[in-house]
Amino acid sequence: MSAALALFKRELRIASRAGGGGAMGVVFFLILITIVPFAIGPDLNLLSRIGPAILWIAALLAMLLGLDRLFLGDHEDGSLDLLQMGALPLEVVIVVKCLAHWAVTGLPLVIVAPLFGLMLAVEGDGLAGVAASLLAGTPALTLIGAIGAALTVSLRRGGLLLAILVLPFTVPVLIFGVSAASAASGGTVPFATPFLILCALSLAALALAPFAAAAALRSRD
Amino acid sequence: MLKYANPTHFLRLVAAVLPWLWLACVGLLGVGLYMTFFIAPADYQQGDTVRIMYIHVPAAWLSMFAYSIMTLSALGTLVWRHPLADAAQQAAAPLGAVFTFICLITGSLWGKPMWGTWWVWDARLTSVLVLFLIYLGLVALWNTIEEPTKAARTAAIFTLVGVVNIPIIKFSVDWWNTLHQPASVMRMGGPTIHPTMLWPLLIMAVGASLLFLALHLMAVRNVILQRRLRRLSYMAAQAGEQEMAS
Amino acid sequence: MTRGPRLLVENLALVRGTRRLAQGLSFALESGQALSITGPNGAGKSTLLRVLAGLLAPAAGTVSLSGVDPQEMAQHIHYAGHAEALKNALTARENLQFWSALLGGPAGLTPQQALERVNLAHLPDLPVSYLSAGQRRRVALARLLVAPRPLWLMDEPSTALDTAAQARLAELMEAHLSGGGLIVAATHSPLGVPAGELMLGGRP
Repeated sequence: MSAALALFKRELRIASRAGGGGAMGVVFFLILITIVPFAIGPDLNLLSRIGPAILWIAALLAMLLGLDRLFLGDHEDGSLDLLQMGALPLEVVIVVKCLAHWAVTGLPLVIVAPLFGLMLAVEGDGLAGVAASLLAGTPALTLIGAIGAALTVSLRRGGLLLAILVLPFTVPVLIFGVSAASAASGGTVPFATPFLILCALSLAALALAPFAAAAALRSRD
Repeated sequence: MLKYANPTHFLRLVAAVLPWLWLACVGLLGVGLYMTFFIAPADYQQGDTVRIMYIHVPAAWLSMFAYSIMTLSALGTLVWRHPLADAAQQAAAPLGAVFTFICLITGSLWGKPMWGTWWVWDARLTSVLVLFLIYLGLVALWNTIEEPTKAARTAAIFTLVGVVNIPIIKFSVDWWNTLHQPASVMRMGGPTIHPTMLWPLLIMAVGASLLFLALHLMAVRNVILQRRLRRLSYMAAQAGEQEMAS
Repeated sequence: MTRGPRLLVENLALVRGTRRLAQGLSFALESGQALSITGPNGAGKSTLLRVLAGLLAPAAGTVSLSGVDPQEMAQHIHYAGHAEALKNALTARENLQFWSALLGGPAGLTPQQALERVNLAHLPDLPVSYLSAGQRRRVALARLLVAPRPLWLMDEPSTALDTAAQARLAELMEAHLSGGGLIVAATHSPLGVPAGELMLGGRP
């Protein structure tokens, strides 16, 4: 337990000292939200209708941005070798690293999403729905992304390949995330149905992704 | 025991089997295509466009079949570390991508007269599109990793992750589709398919499967030969270095 | 550490990608002994160390430590590879504290004590990015002291070290061996402590 805690603290400490990946993710999120109205026009009715979807796509891309760094630093400086030889099983190391990565990149998006939702004329229940669905769904994105990050960790052009590998697998999360977010602001489907499936996706990812990522990391050289 | 199975035996086997396989394949596809164009009836609603089905359905079937082959080979790679399994995986990925692509293209060509548009976000088409993207990711993975055994292990893990995910993706896309549009009106020749349509379809499906098998065996052979070439060039380089040193 | 375990390597075959590096490699290392692995570039020295560490699967053969569950073998081994496994953003002390917690096992020296042993007692709170190559190397050595483990696997341990630091390294290795530890090191230059030699052939 103390080893897991030490790992979690170290990840947060590195993130806070080196560059502030979380803040960059939020800025990127804001830029994406700003760009969309330029493309589809400033019609608030339209924006309010597709607002939850825009927020979700922006969050998905912002999460993807930092994923290639998840294991890369530890691979390059040899830490990954030692993490494999430590007291924690590699699967647990991966869960802890994902948790820390999510706390730095995913959680800030959940917090600012309602604020940015106002810019897209999403209101009241809709804002809460977006925040809740992001809270439930972004962990799945981090975990699925961890598989891709582990598969591409030792490759030179890993970043683009990571996106190509991971994005198709995020389709279910996107579908149910946007469904839940839209359902919250009215619609034919009750909010709970897609939301619970979204939670299930995150839990399933938590159960399976660490094993796949660990297998990938073990065979990286 | 598997560990010592010899790729050389495999190459010999392929050389013996391939001519017969091609013969059967060309024969079946010839008969199947003849039946498709001259014997199978035109649909009373869709007219001659229904004949696209005889290409489209076998391609769809093979897009899944190729993935099953890759899954079995992936297990062979991870569990038995067998080089033949590595080669079978590597050979199946681009073939699967091509058959999935054919499935998408024929689906699109069929959609134009049926739905009046080249593409509809129909649940089935969309799932196949995502499958196609997964195939492309795999091909990219194979092309990026130079070291063959490492590429095989990495691709195997990705393939198995896909096996778990593809049903989930299918389910999500179905949900998404029913949420966004009423069920598609498309029906394939009614609930029961008439024997005059079933026979050409079956023959085409078997013929296409044999085509896949033949292409796959040839591709596996190429992969094995490529690896030998790689090893030989490495040994030549080493020998050259030794000469320089002495 | 009074009496360490015995390292037994039987009939090991090393493969890197598709090429065979070594075959039928067998040796035993008793508690208190050191082994230096030599051979030309590409002979498989680093690969052998990674296999011993359990980071790479051998193509054939076994590696075992007497009295240690094969599943938990990695937790009795220190691996000091080419990379130092240090985080630039953290201080030397933080790096060592982290590895001490993560590597687990019986308590070793405190980070401060370990840094003293490698003559870096004056720099515990400086981010590692400020250190020179030789100093980084010494912080990495200090890592071996914060979590005691019987088998040290070292890849070119004297790289980037000046004469004084090399002498200090030899002292540390001697202390480890006299405490019953084992050392396997890949080297081009003499190890600095009495050691057996294993020459890996150049040709596959």
